[in-house]
Amino acid sequence: MESLTFRHTTKKPLPGSVPNAITGVVASGNLEILLERVLPPDACEVAIETPIAGYGAVWEAVVADFVARAQPGGLRISINDGGARPDTVSLRLLQGARLMEA
Amino acid sequence: MAGAHAASTDPDALSWYEATARQRVVALADPGSFREFLPPTERRMSPHLPLFDLPRAFDDGIVVGRAKLDGKTVLVAAQEGRFMGGAFGEIHGAKLVGLLRAALTLKPAAALILFDTGGVRLQEANAGETAIAETMRAIVDVRAAGIPVIGLIGGRAGCYGGGGLIAGTCSRLAVSEGGRISVSGPEVIETNKGAEEFDSRDRALVWRTMGGKHRRLIGGADAFCADSVSAFREAALDLIGRAPAFDLATLEAEQARLESRLARFGDCRDATDVWARLGVNDPDAVPAMDTRAFDETVARVREADHDAR
Repeated sequence: MESLTFRHTTKKPLPGSVPNAITGVVASGNLEILLERVLPPDACEVAIETPIAGYGAVWEAVVADFVARAQPGGLRISINDGGARPDTVSLRLLQGARLMEA
Repeated sequence: MAGAHAASTDPDALSWYEATARQRVVALADPGSFREFLPPTERRMSPHLPLFDLPRAFDDGIVVGRAKLDGKTVLVAAQEGRFMGGAFGEIHGAKLVGLLRAALTLKPAAALILFDTGGVRLQEANAGETAIAETMRAIVDVRAAGIPVIGLIGGRAGCYGGGGLIAGTCSRLAVSEGGRISVSGPEVIETNKGAEEFDSRDRALVWRTMGGKHRRLIGGADAFCADSVSAFREAALDLIGRAPAFDLATLEAEQARLESRLARFGDCRDATDVWARLGVNDPDAVPAMDTRAFDETVARVREADHDAR
């Protein structure tokens, strides 16, 4: 298993007040994403556990893109990966952020 | 609550087969009533899977909690068939056993188990097997306390292995066409007995031997539902209302039912032979029947409904 953690500073907090949400399932080509509103409003942390080693640079790019688009300030995001492709990861992250905004 | 904010949709439109465990629970319960025990934020994950370099799930593949069903309190457990085939590991099993034991104090109107499992998780087999035994014991205690335990089966993993054994101890079972109930799965039978005995790639054979319609016709399941969350909800409410008492008379009736079933169908070579002997006019037409036509067929079969279990 490879563990990766990325910390970002955001321009603003993610809107909404949902304390936590989960989306996705740990299955082949899929992943689960747990989002918790527990950090300072300008901070975002994404922690990933993946059985597919050696893709740190791809994860870093996907997470950076998500943070730039969603501005998920205040969120600690934990990922259990089942070998999802980058586009699936990106969609799940955006889906998770949307659930937190409800 | 993480569970309450999982993506969910309209119970009439949501396919049970396609839905995740979380979606099933949230849509099955009265709106907004589900409260999860040990939610994903608690991170009660498998201590064993990392040793095999396998990914874990925050809920270890089972969602447990309390909900309202038509205003009545029920306890609910839902297995996630897509995470490791919904298989029982140590934490997964402990959550189900804990929930059932809690029923003895909480005295809900029923305990619902949304099965979606291939059986025991091989990577933690001893703990998984123990969990199966403990679950069956807990179900016996819950039923003895007068609380019905209802199994709902319609997920992609079916209900196999130890899950099939547990299902056999429930008060009542509801199944959809996509649901399968058995102990040894198709691949297991083929591996042990050969493809001549059971060809696991023959989907029609698998479904007419283990599928929902066959189980309903021979009385292995007590309700047959369309593949929607609302159909399972309706079936669950109906079955809670007509769960058998758990006493010596019920157990003796069940023993007699199973003995006569074996005597009557033991020499059948195929499920269609069983259906013919049950009095189904055109057994070959059963797999293609829609829910309404199938319900009419079931209504004419004496063995489908019974007071046993």
